[in-house]
Amino acid sequence: MTAQAFTKERGIAAPLPAANIDTDIIMPKQFLKTITRENLGDGAFHDLRFNINGTKNPDFVLNKPPYDRAKFLIVGPNFGCGSSREHAVWGILQLGIRAIVGSSFAGIFADNASKNGLLLVALPPAETSILCDQVTCPDCAVLEIDLADQQIYCSGNRTIPFDISPHNKTLLLEGRDHIDLTLAHADDIRAFEAQRLARQSVFAAPSETA
Amino acid sequence: MSATHTPLTLYQKLYQQNTITKIDADHVLLYVDFHVLNEYTSPQAFSGLRAKGRRVWRPKSNLAIVDHVNSTRDLELSHMRDAQAAEQIRYLRKNCDEFGIELFDLVDPRRGIEHVAVPEQGMVRPGMVIVCGDSHTTTYGAFGALGFGIGTSDVEHALASQSLVYKPLKDFRVDVHGHLPQGVTAKDLVMNVIGIVGASGATGYAVEFCGSGISALSMESRMTICNMAMECGARAAIIAPDQTTIDYMRQKPRSPSEEILGDWRNYWGHHYTDADAEFDRSIGVDAAKIAPFVTWGTSPDQVVPITGRVPFPEQVENDQSHDAALRALAYMDLVPGTPIQQVTIDHAFIGSCTNSRIEDLRSAADVLRGRNVAPGVRAIVVPGSQSVKRQAEKEGLSSAFKAAGFEWRESGCSMCLAMNDDILPPGSRCASSTNRNFEGRQGRDARTHLMSPAMVAAAAIKGRLTDVRTLGSSA
Repeated sequence: MTAQAFTKERGIAAPLPAANIDTDIIMPKQFLKTITRENLGDGAFHDLRFNINGTKNPDFVLNKPPYDRAKFLIVGPNFGCGSSREHAVWGILQLGIRAIVGSSFAGIFADNASKNGLLLVALPPAETSILCDQVTCPDCAVLEIDLADQQIYCSGNRTIPFDISPHNKTLLLEGRDHIDLTLAHADDIRAFEAQRLARQSVFAAPSETA
Repeated sequence: MSATHTPLTLYQKLYQQNTITKIDADHVLLYVDFHVLNEYTSPQAFSGLRAKGRRVWRPKSNLAIVDHVNSTRDLELSHMRDAQAAEQIRYLRKNCDEFGIELFDLVDPRRGIEHVAVPEQGMVRPGMVIVCGDSHTTTYGAFGALGFGIGTSDVEHALASQSLVYKPLKDFRVDVHGHLPQGVTAKDLVMNVIGIVGASGATGYAVEFCGSGISALSMESRMTICNMAMECGARAAIIAPDQTTIDYMRQKPRSPSEEILGDWRNYWGHHYTDADAEFDRSIGVDAAKIAPFVTWGTSPDQVVPITGRVPFPEQVENDQSHDAALRALAYMDLVPGTPIQQVTIDHAFIGSCTNSRIEDLRSAADVLRGRNVAPGVRAIVVPGSQSVKRQAEKEGLSSAFKAAGFEWRESGCSMCLAMNDDILPPGSRCASSTNRNFEGRQGRDARTHLMSPAMVAAAAIKGRLTDVRTLGSSA
C-alpha cells in the first residue's frame, strides 16, 4: 500500500504519558472484525474516549480542547506493545494524528507505522518527559515537526533534533509503495529462492510435503 | 553469509542464511520460507494485492488458518451469529481459493490456533524463517527457527515478494540452569523472566534461551517460553534444536523424511551459538528457585510469586513507573500488601497459543480429578487445536474437566483476546492461562490474572488464587 507522505506538519501535541499503552487499548477487539481499513477512527482509544454507556469521557485528554484537535501524541515508554494489529495505526491516523513522539515503541507497531505514513520519533526518556510536561500546558502545545531536517520546533524557540533510519525516512518523505521498492529486487529474490529450494527436502514449503 | 570466522549467535546465523541482499546500513531483504495467515490480519493485505493487480509470489509457501474469530461452541459457519466474523471467514476462503493458498478451514480436523496447529503438523523446521500476522509467532523459535510477528502491510509484502525488509536485532541470552520443581512449569519460568526483564526490556532484541534448564524441557514447554517471550518485547525467541526437537518432529504428518531426521546433525548441526559469540545482554536464571507466578497488574511484567503479596507501588522494580503501578492497582481493584492468595476469582480460562497443548491440559486435569470448581466460578477450557481436543478426549481429560465443572469447547483463540463470543463481563476477575493481562483484553473492565494451566485449575477449585503445590494429590 502507498503510505501517506510526511514532510512537515504543524499542530497540537497531546500528552499521553502512561507506560505500556498497548494495541488493545489503542484499538479494542470489537473494531477488528472488518475486512477493510475504513471507519477505525471511532475505535482509536475507544474505551478511554467513551464511557461504558457510550457517552464521552470528559477526563480523557483527547476529549479536552485543544487536544481534541491533536495532530501529535507525546507518549510514555513501550507505546504500541502487544498485538500486531495494524488496525491500531490505521485508527490513530484516522483520528488525525500524524506523528507520535516517545521514548520507546514496540517493534511491530513501529514497523506498521512506517508503512502507513505515521511518523514515530524516539527521544531520550528525559527529553520526552520535558516535552510531555511542556505540552500539558495548552498554550505551549503547538509543535512543528520537520522530517527532512529531523527537527521538532517547540514553543519558546526551542528545537529538538531527532534520529530516524534512512530507510524509514525515505518511505515517509516520499510516501512510496514499500512493495514496489522490494520488487525492484525481484531477480535477487528469484535467484536466492532457487538456491534455497534446491534443498527441497529440508526447507520445502510445508504445504508441499503432504 | 559471513566469509570471516567471527563467532556467531544462533540468531545471527538464522537471519544471515536467509539474507537475500543488503538494503542499507540498517536493513536486509530477508527471504521468508513459510508464511502463516489468519482471518483477521490478512483481509486488507489480499485487498491490497487486488488493488495493485499483484499475484502471490509463491502460494505454496503460505498456509491460512481460521482461529481468532470463530465460536468455540459450534464450528458451523452457517450457525454463526456474528455477521462480521462470518464475513472475515468467507473472505479468507475466497482469498485462499483465488490465490491458490492452502486453508485449514473451520471444520478441518487439522485446524486450531495457528501456533498450536502448525507445529503439530510438522511444518516447523530448524533454520526456517517463518512470519505471521500475529505477535506470538515467536513460538516457532522453540524449533531453532526464526519466527516473528508482522502487521498487515508486511503480510501483503510477504505475499507479494516472499520477503521482508528486515532490521537485524541485537542478541540477548537467557541462561537457565537447574530444573523446575514439582508444580512449577515453563509458564512460571517465562513469567519470572518477563518480571526480571520488564515489558520492554527485550525490545530490539532476539532472545536465545539456553542452558541445562532449557535442554530438560519438552517441546511444548519450549513453545510456551518462546511464545510468551514476546511479552518482554522480544521480536524473536530462539532455542537451539537438539534431539528433543527432532523426536518431536517424528511421526508428524508433514515432517521431513525419517532419513533426514535420523541424519539431522548433517542438516541442522550448525544451528547453535558459537562458543565465543558475544551477546549484547545476558541474564542467568536458576530454575530450581522458581515458584508458581501470577500477575497482579495490567502488564505481563507485573508478576508476583503465588506466595507473595500485592506489591506497594514504591516496591515495583522494573521499568514500570510508579504511576503505571498505581494505575494497574486501581484497574485491578487490589490493595497493596494483600496476600495474593486472598484474591478471589469468578472466571477460570484454560486456553491460548501459550498454554493449550496436550501437556497443558494433562497438568490441569491432574489437579482437577476428584475435585469440583468452586461455587460461583465459571470455568472454560478451549483446546489449542482439534487434534489436541481429540487426544484429550481419547485420554479421558475432557471427562475430568467436565466432571469438575469446566465447559469443554472446540479450539480457537477464544477468551485470550475475546474477539469471539467468549468474553468476560465488566468487573469480573479471571484466572487465565493466556499471555496478556492488558486492560480490557478479555472484556471491557474485566480483570485478568495470568498463570499456568495447573494454577488456573487450582484457582478454579478454591475460587481464589491458590498455590497448586499446597493442594496435595487429588482423590
